[in-house]
Amino acid sequence: MTKAEKQAELIREISGTDPYKCMKCGKCSASCPSFDEMDIKPHQFVSYVLHDEVEALAESKSLWKCLSCFACVERCPRDVKPGKLIDAARQLVVRQRGQDYLKADEIPQLLDPDLPQQLLVSAYRRYRR
Amino acid sequence: MKYSYYPGCTLKNKAKDLDVYARACAEKLGFELEEISEWQCCGGVYPLGSDEIATKLASVRALNEAKEKGQDLLTLCSACHHVLKRVNDDMKHVEDIRTRANNYMQLAEPYQGETKVVHYLEVLRDVVGFDALREKVTHPLTGKKIGAYYGCLVLRPGKILEFDDPENPSVMEDFIRALGAEPVVYPYRNECCGGYISLKEKELSRTMTDRILESASGFGADMLITACPLCRYNLNKSAGSEAVPVYYFTELLAEALGVKEEVSP
Repeated sequence: MTKAEKQAELIREISGTDPYKCMKCGKCSASCPSFDEMDIKPHQFVSYVLHDEVEALAESKSLWKCLSCFACVERCPRDVKPGKLIDAARQLVVRQRGQDYLKADEIPQLLDPDLPQQLLVSAYRRYRR
Repeated sequence: MKYSYYPGCTLKNKAKDLDVYARACAEKLGFELEEISEWQCCGGVYPLGSDEIATKLASVRALNEAKEKGQDLLTLCSACHHVLKRVNDDMKHVEDIRTRANNYMQLAEPYQGETKVVHYLEVLRDVVGFDALREKVTHPLTGKKIGAYYGCLVLRPGKILEFDDPENPSVMEDFIRALGAEPVVYPYRNECCGGYISLKEKELSRTMTDRILESASGFGADMLITACPLCRYNLNKSAGSEAVPVYYFTELLAEALGVKEEVSP
């Protein structure tokens, strides 16, 4: 097994979903509020996992554009749950040392007086190990 | 009726009004919110990874305390509600997560998803009843045109949250009607506000909230209601919120029940 194959397997494992069930209907991408911002669109993301193209996924800015709104998860007719695959790929990245997308030092300048605690804890959980 | 109550981090700080009005209204409507003793932050977003256990334990602790008291666990914040309901579903249905979480927790009796998690709006709909609520309204919000903003977290995934129809919800519109106001149904009511993206990419979130507020005002809404502090924060960043202000649903409830002035935080 190559490293890419192993990592693709890991993505499937962490996500707990089965990308082989995808029938490429594109409903996930059509539903995604971040579609315009993503370099690898949700339906393409599923194909990348299927074809073990993990390196491209790890470098994809889509990892940080997914909002966890679960529109794709809700509407997937095959229960592939693309959002969970994107999250699993993101996990693979942030679980490596030094790969946090949000650094603690960045936070002070991002704050404003109305900013709810909920935003900080959510961003911390999504962007960091 | 007494509920175990999980307020969550934001309701103790930036979203005090969501909490304070809810408590006062519960009293008025004949149910009690008993805050659980040592709740910890739910983390704001549900840990999606099937191998993530530690990040689910705060929820398990809260769920187990409610179980020990024999009470349902009530939440107000959309995010807390989402996280607690999904972790509870895992503890009930996913053997691997249940086993590993219980191994870690070492409770007197393993937790297996026994607690029922309810949202305040679900209590209004299913326990109090909107007809009974309407009868208790002393200051009806007559003439107000109010749009419900559901967002994502209370609705999706519908199979787990079982809160309402995830594509065509109605609980908040029924709530608005019970307060004597007119609900405005608009297309973007269950579209995402951007969520946590607004920490680093404020513009991106603003594009989304602009669309939501434009949709709401285009359909004639004077104001919006929400149950989520982060949705409210994001919506308030849009210029559209000047014309269509955003309130927590509990504030309007308190107004309609005539308890708003006495408890105003």
